[in-house]
Amino acid sequence: MSDPILQIENVSKVYGARRALFGKTAEVQALQDVSLSVRKGESFGLVGESGSGKTTLTRSILHLETPTAGRILFEGRDLAQLSAAEMRRLRARVQIVFQDPYASLNPRMSVQDIVTEPMLIHRETLGLDRRQRIERAAELLSLVGLGPQHLSRFPHEFSGGQRQRICVARALASGPELLLLDEPTSALDVSVQAQVLNLLCELQDQLGLTYFFISHDLAVVRYLCDRVALIYRGELVEEGETDRIFDHPESEYARMLTRAMPEVRVPA
Amino acid sequence: MTEIAETPPIEMLSTGNDRWRRALFRFRQSKLSMLGAAMVAVVLFFTLFGTVLAPYPEHVAGGVATADRFLPPSAAHPFGTNELGQDVLSLVMAGTTVSVLAGFGVVLIGTVIGTLVGGIAGFVGSWTDEVLMRLTDLTLTIPGLILAMAIAAALGPGFTNMVIAISLSWWPGYARLVRGEVLAAREEVYVTAARAIGASPARILFRHILPNTVSPIIVKMSLDMGFAILTVAGLGFIGIGVRPPTPEWGTLLSLSRAYMPDYWWTAMAPGMAMFLAVFGFNLLGDGLRDILDPKARR
Repeated sequence: MSDPILQIENVSKVYGARRALFGKTAEVQALQDVSLSVRKGESFGLVGESGSGKTTLTRSILHLETPTAGRILFEGRDLAQLSAAEMRRLRARVQIVFQDPYASLNPRMSVQDIVTEPMLIHRETLGLDRRQRIERAAELLSLVGLGPQHLSRFPHEFSGGQRQRICVARALASGPELLLLDEPTSALDVSVQAQVLNLLCELQDQLGLTYFFISHDLAVVRYLCDRVALIYRGELVEEGETDRIFDHPESEYARMLTRAMPEVRVPA
Repeated sequence: MTEIAETPPIEMLSTGNDRWRRALFRFRQSKLSMLGAAMVAVVLFFTLFGTVLAPYPEHVAGGVATADRFLPPSAAHPFGTNELGQDVLSLVMAGTTVSVLAGFGVVLIGTVIGTLVGGIAGFVGSWTDEVLMRLTDLTLTIPGLILAMAIAAALGPGFTNMVIAISLSWWPGYARLVRGEVLAAREEVYVTAARAIGASPARILFRHILPNTVSPIIVKMSLDMGFAILTVAGLGFIGIGVRPPTPEWGTLLSLSRAYMPDYWWTAMAPGMAMFLAVFGFNLLGDGLRDILDPKARR
């Protein structure tokens, strides 16, 4: 395997106690000394239940939050050390698809505006004029299984699966190398889930993307991911090759999870 | 990319057409909303053409006919004549322009200031929010008409000064409304997505947050139009608004006060005009709220 694209080193995040009406609210330890390393071109799965710190970790990777301690490195460069301009350029290379496709598209923007916006923001890096941006948006839409006729539509005209495809197209618009997938299928119908997952697999093959896949659906993780990390209450419990974790779990938490899994047979 | 270039030009479908038709249908279902829309249409018609269509344009321009003073309503003068022998109907028709335009100007300026203040306060947060909202509260504590009177007195009479004076006491309502909406909208996932893409704060505010707060703003604007017209007339009534001979409803009403109740028709026409305008804008605002504001919808 190749070099790590993303390294998370001893990251902790504490949400500070705030002064409330009576006394203080308690501190929340969202992440505790988490270290991970994602290699270029792989699919890395992060599994954890609600409130385990998955979302905090993604927000930290996107630099929307600053970790209380530890470092996050993208291609060996510490995010916290980057200048504002460098950070902006880096945002084009790390993108995210959110869980809820109904909430993650601006209802007042047409699909064309939504998909071209990343290219507009990063026009200096990408160097596309208006015409080219629209052409590339059409291209991206066909890549995710929609078509140029959808460009002038608005999000409310689409189904959940289609919206998630638009979200994927938007995430790909700036030409990212690392895609964070924050439970991209858990808000979708089961039949649509499979379609979106297959789309993600195809895209990874075509574009050589690295996936950081967050889920609590073990079957999906096993299907899609090369390596998996388990996170529980902000702490990393276990990390390793997917097959190893599912077949020979070391920690009690991993054993509990795999036992709780409904029967899964992946045709090898 | 070459493949795409060969496909026919990207189709521009009539976007959201369907949604508009559905909204219009729901609006039509309500008789009161339609009545409001019709009344507003009439008022707007006279705003544009009242001066031109007035049967006695010379009276609108300030001409007097003292021989005909205080004629009761008749075929020649449907609303009678006033103390200068001017046709009351002509004056009221022409007065629509000043009253409605002033009301509209007040609401528009109030919305712009209020949206900027509330938008920035809600978006930036922390001490900016505190400072801006305390300023807003401070303005709210001063009675609007008194503040407007003070400002109008300081700036001197006249149309523009009157509009500015009322606007300066009008924006706090919008600031509070917009701040609340922005606070809710900035937590939306699509705003996080925009941040993750690297959108600038200005782009996030003006492209992603504010467009999603327009519905309640439009509803409030429509509801406020009536009150703005009333406030404009109020300033005219106490004599700090537009000066005669420019006809304006409040001024007309104030002049006719001295001749009540004997020459009641001089007061009735401007009063009825105001009533219809305010009532119409309120009905329209209620109707718009029903279709635009999902929170208030049944």
